[in-house]
Amino acid sequence: MSYLPFAIAGWLFFVGLYGVVTSRNYIHLTVCLTVMQSSTYVVLLAIGYRNGATAPIFAGISRSTKTVDPVVQALTLTDIVVSVVVVALLLSLTMDMFTRAKTVDPDEVRELSG
Amino acid sequence: MTTLVPLTVAVPLVAAAAIAAFGRLSPAWIDNLAATAVAATVTVLATILLVASAHQDTIHWFSGWTPRHSVAIGIAFTVDPIGAGLAALAGALMTAAFIFSWGYFEEVAHLYYTMMLIFLGALAGFALTGDLFNLFVFFELMSVSAYALTGYRISQPGVLQGAINFAVTNTIGAYMVALGIALVYGRTGALNMAQAGEALAGKRVDGLVIAALVLLTVGFLIKAGAVPFHFWLSDAYAVAPAPVGVLLTGIMSDLGLHAIARVYWDVFSGATVGHAGAVRGLLVGVGLLTALVGGVMSLLQSDLKRLLAFVTISHGGIFLVGIGLLEARGLAGASLYVVADGALKGAFFLAVAVAVIRLGSSDELRLHGRGKHRRYLGLGLLFAVCGLGLAALPPFGPFLSKSLIEEAARSAGYGFAVPLVTLATVLTGAAVLRATGRIFLGLGPRREPLLSAQPDEPEKGEPEAEKSRRTRIVLLLPAVALLVIGLGVSLAPGIAALAVQEAARFQDRAGYANEVLRGQLPPLPPLVPHVYAAADWAWGAVSVAGSLGLAALLLLRGRLRLFSRRGRFGLVRRPAGVLTAWHTGAIGDYAAWICAGAAAFSVVWGVLLR
Repeated sequence: MSYLPFAIAGWLFFVGLYGVVTSRNYIHLTVCLTVMQSSTYVVLLAIGYRNGATAPIFAGISRSTKTVDPVVQALTLTDIVVSVVVVALLLSLTMDMFTRAKTVDPDEVRELSG
Repeated sequence: MTTLVPLTVAVPLVAAAAIAAFGRLSPAWIDNLAATAVAATVTVLATILLVASAHQDTIHWFSGWTPRHSVAIGIAFTVDPIGAGLAALAGALMTAAFIFSWGYFEEVAHLYYTMMLIFLGALAGFALTGDLFNLFVFFELMSVSAYALTGYRISQPGVLQGAINFAVTNTIGAYMVALGIALVYGRTGALNMAQAGEALAGKRVDGLVIAALVLLTVGFLIKAGAVPFHFWLSDAYAVAPAPVGVLLTGIMSDLGLHAIARVYWDVFSGATVGHAGAVRGLLVGVGLLTALVGGVMSLLQSDLKRLLAFVTISHGGIFLVGIGLLEARGLAGASLYVVADGALKGAFFLAVAVAVIRLGSSDELRLHGRGKHRRYLGLGLLFAVCGLGLAALPPFGPFLSKSLIEEAARSAGYGFAVPLVTLATVLTGAAVLRATGRIFLGLGPRREPLLSAQPDEPEKGEPEAEKSRRTRIVLLLPAVALLVIGLGVSLAPGIAALAVQEAARFQDRAGYANEVLRGQLPPLPPLVPHVYAAADWAWGAVSVAGSLGLAALLLLRGRLRLFSRRGRFGLVRRPAGVLTAWHTGAIGDYAAWICAGAAAFSVVWGVLLR
C-alpha cells in the first residue's frame, strides 16, 4: 500500500479548508468546498485499490480475476451525488445573496454577530 | 414487525415525492393535511417500534441480505428504543410544526412540505440505521433539506448569511464523517457498525483508528454545535422560519450527539476499552465548556430566537456530559433529556413565533412591556413555564434527566460536574425568565448595553392572524402539547429505570454484535428502580431558585442600585464583550475554529489513546 494517495488527500483537505477560511467570495468558497470534498474521493478510491487489478465489472471475466473493491466506488458515486446537491444549493443561496445585498463577499454581509 | 422499520423512513420520503409531483394541482390545505397525517404516522410507527424493541433490537435487513457466517454484506436498520424514541420525537415535533404552519404562513408553496417531509425521513433514518455509510447519507440528506428550509423565507440578507454559514460548516463536518467512515472501512472491511466493532475489538489502538475516531467525533460535534464548533448554530437557528426552527432546535443538533454515542459504543468501544478515561475526560470537558459558554451567551442575547439557539448549544453540552461519562445512567439521562428538552425548546420556539405575530417583534428590548395586557396572559404563562422547565423544575422531565446525569457524574468521580451543569441550567433558565419578565411584566430597563442586538425582522403585525380567535388557538395548541410532553415525560411510571436498562443494553457492544450478526440475544441488564437522592432535590431547588434569582437580579438591578457604578459593571461587561466578539458571523473564522478544535482533539486523543 502506498501512502501517496493519503498524503494527497490530506493536502486537498487542508488546501480547501485554507481556501474556505480566507475566501472573500461565496462562489470561490463553494469551489474550495469541492476541493475539500475531492479528498474524500481520493481516500475512498485509494482504500479499494489493488495493484494489477481490473475494474469491478464482472461480465465476461473469470471468477479468479483480481478486481478493485466495488464497494468504495459505489460510496464515491453516492458521495458525489450528495455533494452536488450541496454545491447547487450554496450557489443558489449565493445568487439570492447577490440579488438582495449586491455582494458576494462574506465580510460585507455581517448582519448576525455577537 | 420488521416491515414497519423501513416504512418509518419510506412513508415521509414517498409522500414528499407525491406532494412534489401533485402539490401544484391540489389546494394548499390538502398538502398540509396530508403532510400532517404523514408526520403523525411516523410518530405512531416510531412509537410502536419503541415499545417493540424494549427487550431486543428490531432489525431489518434490506432485500433480505441477512448476515452469512456472521459477515454482514447487506444494509440493516437496527432499531433500539433510544433511536426509536428520537425518531418518535422528530415525528411529534414535525406534527406540531405542521399544525402551527397552518396558521403561520400566509401562503406556502407545496415544495415547503416536500422539503419538510424529506427532512423528517432523513431524521428518522439517521436515528434508526445500523450502517455507517447509510448514516453518512442520512446526515447529508437531513443537512441539505435543513439548509434549504433555513433559507426558505428570505426577508433580509441575514437569513442568507445564516443559511450559508450553516451549509458550509456542516458540509465540512460531513466530509470529516465521510473520511472517518472511509478509514474505518479501510481497516475493517465493514460498513455495518456491529461488524466494524467486532473487527476492531481487542486490537491495539493505532494512529488510523484514532484518526477515524477524531474525524467522526468532530464531524458529529459540528452538527451538535459543541464549542468551538457551535458558531454556525446561533446564526442559522436565529433566522430559520418558526416551524423549521422547532425541528432544528428540538432534534437535529441532538441527533449529532446520538450519532457519537452510537458510533463510539458500536464501533470503537471494543478497541478503546483500556483508555476509557481519556475518552471520558475529553468528552465531559468539551460538554461542560459548551454548557457554560452557551449559558453565558444566552444571557447576552436580546433576540429571543438567538437566545434559544444558545440555550440549545448549552443544553447540548449537558447531553454531551451525560453521554461522555460512559455510564448507563448518564446515557439514560441524556436520552430522556433530549426528549424532554427537545419538546420544551420546540414549544418555546413556537411561543416566540406567536410573540412575533401578536406583539410585532422577536427582540426582548423592543417588546419591553408590550405583553402586559390580560389578552397575553396565556402566552406569558407559556413563556414562564418554558423558562422554569429549562431551569429543570422538579419533578418534571428535565429534572429527572439532569438528576440521572448528575448521579452518573458522582459515581464516575466527576462530582465537580454537578455544580457546573446546574450553573448551565441556571443561566439558560434565567435568560428565558428575564425575557418573560421584561415582555409580560414590563420589568427592567428598556436599554441594556450588555445585550447584543440583531437585525429585527421587518414588523408586519399580521392583522389577519390577530383578528381570528380560531387562528390563535391553532397557533398556541402545538406549543402547549409539546410543553405537556416535555414536562410530563418524567411522570410515566418506571421510565427512569427503563431508560437506564435500555442505556445499558445500548452500551453493550458485544451483545449488540451478537444480536445483529448471529441473532443471539444477550441477557437483559437488570431493571433497578430509580430513587432520587437527596442531592438531586437540592440541586433541583438550587437550579430553579438560581434562575429566578438571577433573572430578578438582571431585571431589577437598576432599582437595587447594583452595578450602577461604571467600575463594577465593567467587571461583567468586559469578559462578556470578549466572548461576544468571538461570534463574528464570518464563515472564515468559523472554519478556522473548526480546524483548531479538530487539531486539539487529535492532539489530546493522539497522545492519550495509544
